[in-house]
This record gives sequence, structure tokens and C-alpha cells, in this order.
Amino acid sequence: MTSRTNTLLIRTPEGIVFSQLLAGPVTRCLAWLIDMVVIIAIAVGLGLATSFLGLVSEDFAQALATLLFFVTSIGYSMVLEWYWRGQTLGKRALRLRVMDAHGLRLHPSQIVIRNLLRFADMLPVFYFVGGLACLFSRHAQRLGDLAANTIVVRQPKITEPDLDKLLEGRFNSLRGHPHLEARLRQRVSANEASLALQALLRRDEMDPPARIELFAAMAAHFKEKSVYPADAVEGIADEQYVRNVVDVVFRPRVNRSAKKPDGTEPNPAGTASTVAPP
Amino acid sequence: MILDLDKFIHGERPFWSELERFLSRLEGDPDRALPLAEAQRLHYLYERASSDLGRIMTFSAEPEIRRYLESLVARAYGEIHETRSRQHRFSPLRWLLQTLPQTFRRQWRAFALALALTAGGTLFGGIAVMVDPEAKSIAIPFSNLHGDPSERVAQAEKATGDHLRGAKARGTAFYITNNTGVAFKTLAFGVTWGIGTIVMLFSTGVMLGAVSIDYILAGHTQFLIGWLLPHGSFEIPAILIAGQAGLMLGGALIGWGSRESMATRLRAISQDLVTLIAGVTLMLIWAGIIEAWFSQYHAPMLPYWAKIAFGCVEVVLLVAYFGWCGRSPKTGDSISRRKRESEERP
Repeated sequence: MTSRTNTLLIRTPEGIVFSQLLAGPVTRCLAWLIDMVVIIAIAVGLGLATSFLGLVSEDFAQALATLLFFVTSIGYSMVLEWYWRGQTLGKRALRLRVMDAHGLRLHPSQIVIRNLLRFADMLPVFYFVGGLACLFSRHAQRLGDLAANTIVVRQPKITEPDLDKLLEGRFNSLRGHPHLEARLRQRVSANEASLALQALLRRDEMDPPARIELFAAMAAHFKEKSVYPADAVEGIADEQYVRNVVDVVFRPRVNRSAKKPDGTEPNPAGTASTVAPP
Repeated sequence: MILDLDKFIHGERPFWSELERFLSRLEGDPDRALPLAEAQRLHYLYERASSDLGRIMTFSAEPEIRRYLESLVARAYGEIHETRSRQHRFSPLRWLLQTLPQTFRRQWRAFALALALTAGGTLFGGIAVMVDPEAKSIAIPFSNLHGDPSERVAQAEKATGDHLRGAKARGTAFYITNNTGVAFKTLAFGVTWGIGTIVMLFSTGVMLGAVSIDYILAGHTQFLIGWLLPHGSFEIPAILIAGQAGLMLGGALIGWGSRESMATRLRAISQDLVTLIAGVTLMLIWAGIIEAWFSQYHAPMLPYWAKIAFGCVEVVLLVAYFGWCGRSPKTGDSISRRKRESEERP
């Protein structure tokens, strides 16, 4: 387990570490607001549905409406978190999920306890106690989470980067130096690679001066990682240099000695085999 | 360092997909028990994915694959390393006749403490009203009970016919939701190291003591017992059991004399808490029905002896249920306790 961060690291007995991104109080509050709107909508719907029973018995219709509202407000989160494996509509909309604090399977008893303890977290109003607990606890847990041994994690959508669209048909001069290319791959960290890719994907959203400044800084940074001879980088704009770096680190090199079945040489830029994440 | 990432991914992807399909099947059917061959295959796929994750972590430029494998390993880890017993095919009858009463008896110390706290509150409330009748308005939060007991008894006994016609279903819903809400709070406030639960139990006792002594001093003991016993025989024990659960929660948080971590202590009682609070809910549904349809009718329409007899039968049945139901004639609860302990052991 980690110290206080927004990430929970879990080390398996096999020695593998995987991380879970913890959800903060603001995101959780937004998910709760969505759930509240849903609960109110369900309550209104049930109220309308039971009002027809009032034609038969007003007493029975009102009793049924009271009971259904109570059951919905208490059971909504319990039922959805069990059937959707830790998610309600609000959590699903914001990509949050309730999980066991040790990464194990979520038990029904944990779901019941964390939801029943909302009565304590809600005190005195608007989840004040729960929000404070969430702010100060090590793993952003409200009291219900602490008692049930659960955490709420963020699961951002993993999208496949559209490398073909970004890099297609462009000559990459860095490919001409395989040993430097390998060194670059080795020295660029996952975060740096991801940052460069995101910068390229969003480059059209930037103001021109900011765009020039950003890619100049990035190019200077990557040039320190692996020094290429002058002929390989001469006349290349900073943005093109970053594009070439992304091409090198994200896409595996094609075996240049192999020829295509039709006898032609493979694409010199090495764009033939794209690694598509699952 | 993976030298040929492309080959690695294409070689491993079928195993990742198989593991993903496996996990989806398991998650879609939580009651499914895996045959040995399938369990071994799941373990193999998990170890293979773990190994792949370890290898991909050394390759800097594959954050997407790494995240995907992390999520896959995390899901499989939860399934493989879960050691808590998974109850297959929940049997309501077995739960009612064995699990609930056995759980209650296993945690009897917390119940005894809840009973003592409520009794202390009752004594305090009774003495407070006896010494200072003005205290009634503070000790009893319901304004309809602030008046003279004799006037209320006279009014109740004057009623003829079904004076609650057209209001009984609403009354039932109100009593059920209100009392269940109080019970849930009594449990939930246990998270304040038990202090909140203690306050709830003591204040319930104060209210009970104040009402009781008010009617007893006014000479309406028979009315009081006939009014409270039919539904109170379930309602008061239900609140006490909710207090029992709240005190268990507080005790697990404090962890006196325990060498286990707080998480382990909480994990050990979580199933018992849910069992007890589910039992409390059932008891309060029954109490709500009786309170609306039976307790509010008084003599001469419904003789007090009949109401008191009904309440006494309920008390006897409840004591018998929690005291002896699900107990083996020869070994008591020891078999189920041993079985449970072996299930909890990792």
C-alpha cells in the first residue's frame, strides 16, 4: 500500500504491482448528485404509478408510495452496486467504481455496510462528515468505506491512439539510425511518451505561440535523450521532431531485411505494423 | 526489455482475451462454482497475464497496453485471491432458522451491553419524570404523549368501531419506515467508536422509561402494557439488536486487546452486521403491522387481557427463537462456529 496519494498501489503475491486511481470528494459528490436526481425521478415515477391505486384505496396507495420511496432511497445504491459491480448510474457516468480496499472481489456485505453508514456520513447535512473523512483519510474513504473496507476508484476510458492518422505517409529521418532509435526507446519513459502523444493529438487546439513554445521545449528535451547526427535532424521543425520521436517509441520497427511478398521494400518510415492496444 | 514488442503482443493477446472472457463469465454469474480444470486454467491465465505485465512495465512506450493489463490483472487478482466464503444459492429458510439466531448468540456480549445501556436509560428516564414531572416534555420527543395519560386513556377507551379505518396502511408504512430508519442510524452511529450507538440506546431507554412511569403513576399500567407489548415485544428487541450491531462496529474500530489490523477486524464482523440488520428489518416490519392494526385498539373493543396475552406469546416465541433456534441438541453452536472459523481463515 502507498502513503497518502491519489493512487492506491496493490502488490500481488506474484510480485506484480497494479495501481488504482482514487476518486476525490468532488467527483464523488457529482456522482452522488446524479444519483439523487435519479432517485427523485424514480420516486416521482412511483408516486404517479401508485396514485392510480388511489382510485381503489387512498390509504393503500399512500402507504405503498411511502414504502417504495423508502426502499428506493435505501436500496438504489445497494442493488446497482451489486449488479453493476460497484457502480451506480452516477458513478458509471463519471467512471467511478467501488472496490474492495485490497483489490479483492466486492462482497454483498461490504455494499450493504457502506450504504447503511451513509446515515453517519450524511451528518449534519450534505455529507459533511463523509466529505471531511474523505478529505483526511489516506485512501479518500468516507466513514462507510472505512467500515466496509472499500475504496472508490476512477477508471478513465482507455482509448487507442490514432497513430495511423497522425503519422501516416511521413518520412521519419530518425529511423535511419537503428542504434540511436533503440536508445531513444529505452530512455523515454512511459509518461514522457504519453505526454508527447497527447500534445500531438491536441496540437490544433493550441494557440500558435503556445504550440511553438511547447514543441520547442519537448524537442529540446527529447534531443537530450538520444543525440542524433546533424544530417538526421537538420531542417526538421520541432513539432516534426516530436512526431518522429512518438513514431519511434510507439511503433515497433519493421524488419528491414524482410521484403514484402510482392518483392518491394517495406515502408522506410516503419509504419507498416501498428501496435494496436487491445 | 522486450525486443520484439509486436511479436510479444500478438503472441500473448489470445491469452489476455481468454482471461477477459473468463472474468466476464465469472462476474456475470457470481454463484458459479468453478470445476477444478477451469480453476486451474484461470490461475494459469492470471499468472501469465501477471508475468506479461511485469515484462511490459520494462518497456517504456506502451502505457495503453500496460493499463489494459493492469486492469485485467486487478480483476483476476480479486477472483483468485478472495478467501472469504462465497455463499452459493442463498437459502432464506436456512438463514432464518440458523444463520440469524446463531449470529445473535455468537455476539451476545454486544447485545447484553446494548440491553444494559437501554435499561440504564429507562431507569434514568423513569426517575427523572418521577422526581420532576416537567422533565416529561424533554424526555419524550412526541408531543402527543405530553398530555395527561388519564385523558388519553379515556379518549382511547371511548372509541367505538374501527376508528382507524382508512389510515391503517399509512400507519403501517410510517411505523416501518420510521423505526427502520432509527435502527439503521443506531447501527451506523457505531462508526463513531460506538459513542453514537450508546447515545441512541440510552436516549431510547430514557424515552421508554419516561412514558412508562408517566402512565404507571397515573394508574394505567394495564393500558400501558396492553398498548406497548404487542408491537414493543418486537420493536424494542429490534432496536437493541441494531444497537448490538452498532456496538460490534465500534468494538471492531477500537480493537481492544486485538493484534489484528482494523481492516481485518472489520472484515471479520461485516457478515454478522448485515445478518443482524436484516433480521432487525424483518422484526420491524412485523412490529409496524402489529402497531397499526392491533396495538392502537383498546378495551372495550379489544380486551386488555387479549392484547397482553398476545404480547406475552410473542415474547416467549422471540426468546425461544433467539435462544435455541438453530442450535444442535448435542453440540450447541460449536459446529457452525468451527465451520465459520475455518472459512474465515485464509
